[in-house]
Amino acid sequence: MIFDEMACRCGEWLRGSGPESDIVMSSRIRLARNLAEYPFIRRCNDFDRVNIEASVRERLEQSGDFEDFTFIDVAELDNLDRQLLVERQLISRELSDAEGARAVAIDEAERISLMINEEDHLRLQVMKSGLDLDEAWQQINAVDNNVEQQLNYAFHPDLGYLTACPTNVGTGMRVSVMLHLPALVIAGQIDKVFNSLQKINLTVRGLYGEGSQAMGDFYQISNQVTLGKSEESLVEHVGSIVPSVISYERKARDVLIKDGNHDLFDQVSRAYGLLQNAQQISSEETMHLLSKVRMGINLGLIGDLEIPEVNKLFIQTQPAHLQKLRGGLPDSANRNRARASYLHRHLKRPKFGEDPAESN
Amino acid sequence: MKCQKCDKLATFHITDLSGDQLLALHLCAECVKEYLQPDETPPPAAKVVSNVISKQLKLEQTTEELAELDHKECPVCGISFYEFRQGGRLGCPNDYVFFANELEPLLNNVHGSVEHVGKKPMRGPHDTQPQTELIKLRREMKDAVDREDYELASELRDRIKSVEGESQP
Repeated sequence: MIFDEMACRCGEWLRGSGPESDIVMSSRIRLARNLAEYPFIRRCNDFDRVNIEASVRERLEQSGDFEDFTFIDVAELDNLDRQLLVERQLISRELSDAEGARAVAIDEAERISLMINEEDHLRLQVMKSGLDLDEAWQQINAVDNNVEQQLNYAFHPDLGYLTACPTNVGTGMRVSVMLHLPALVIAGQIDKVFNSLQKINLTVRGLYGEGSQAMGDFYQISNQVTLGKSEESLVEHVGSIVPSVISYERKARDVLIKDGNHDLFDQVSRAYGLLQNAQQISSEETMHLLSKVRMGINLGLIGDLEIPEVNKLFIQTQPAHLQKLRGGLPDSANRNRARASYLHRHLKRPKFGEDPAESN
Repeated sequence: MKCQKCDKLATFHITDLSGDQLLALHLCAECVKEYLQPDETPPPAAKVVSNVISKQLKLEQTTEELAELDHKECPVCGISFYEFRQGGRLGCPNDYVFFANELEPLLNNVHGSVEHVGKKPMRGPHDTQPQTELIKLRREMKDAVDREDYELASELRDRIKSVEGESQP
């Protein structure tokens, strides 16, 4: 089954490569589109939803531009598989929790996902590892052009692409960059950064988008305005601000290191120790501790672990991934024990003097 | 005493009276900050929309005007203005035309603009208003079926087929 294979892989946004990837986890662009001949989702009856899904799927499958995409009927999936797709950011929580006909098409590399019957009829999304907005825009624009060959998008000469929520009308575009900002959090500077971002029409969200809390010091910065600016200038706007946030985070890290901040060193070591030795651990605590360890690696405080390995642990210790990898584990107490033993196996390093190489 | 949320020393001892039961809390200086000022996540977009509209309406309309506006219904999808401002989501593409006057201040407020300057579809019409006819016809057909008026329903079905034929990409 595709989902079992998926759970073993890291996926695009946690690949841990690409420009500035010590701080920038991923770059993402999504476009909201609707079919002209149907009401928006909230006014659709069951029959409309089925027709939208079937016609989008049929047109895209026929076109030849989407041959390496897998179409997944989300309504048919069980909770676990839906949750797995949410954790991998291939579908939104809204699509997962909705009712009625809905689907997603995902490309082989898990970079592109096309959600059908989300808040809008279509949500096209491209994800890239690291800071790579220009490339993300080129890709999503090409996907959009291909889809548009097959379907009539609702479009108004003055207002552009029409969307269910007026906050998305015009370009229908949301440009997001996900950043790991632990040093700014420790330095107590994060609110200041967010306030200044809000003044220039950028919004800040937690790891899983709208309404989600910031977990493990991950934050998504994205554009608020979608009307009255071209797609290129929106990409430019977000893209021009991110480097200064990155440089604030780097400065905060430098200061922490230079001051010989013992609290910081202690926090990193404790986090690493807990992850290696805990007997049971929740996914929230794991995220929180992995975040500290990730920063510790970037600051050179931990020498025997690499970023891609940590990124893999971030995704594979989430509830649905853990259940897929270990099988069973429906209750969270068992899961917390399985998570601890999983972390133990992946993080336990030979103790000094026990190194098998040394004993030879 | 240790903090209930982490392992540091609890220096704040709080009795919370806001819930159904008394709640005794022992927290450290850091966790108390979080407890008293929980992280403010931005409200969901739909909430933003309904808040902005309510504010805007209070400024501009009398109660009678507001009641009348709330009853205004899109002839294509049937959504009332009241339903839109409660849920923050529109019902169909025609709402942007039908509620244009009401939406304009909202769009200005959110986007600072009411004019799209980005990409346009490369193919086909740059105004899909005529296609919204299909939404209306389908709704009328469903109503006819519900009323068991099969003659009207089959007439509508034929009209839908012919409009669909014209608008195929």
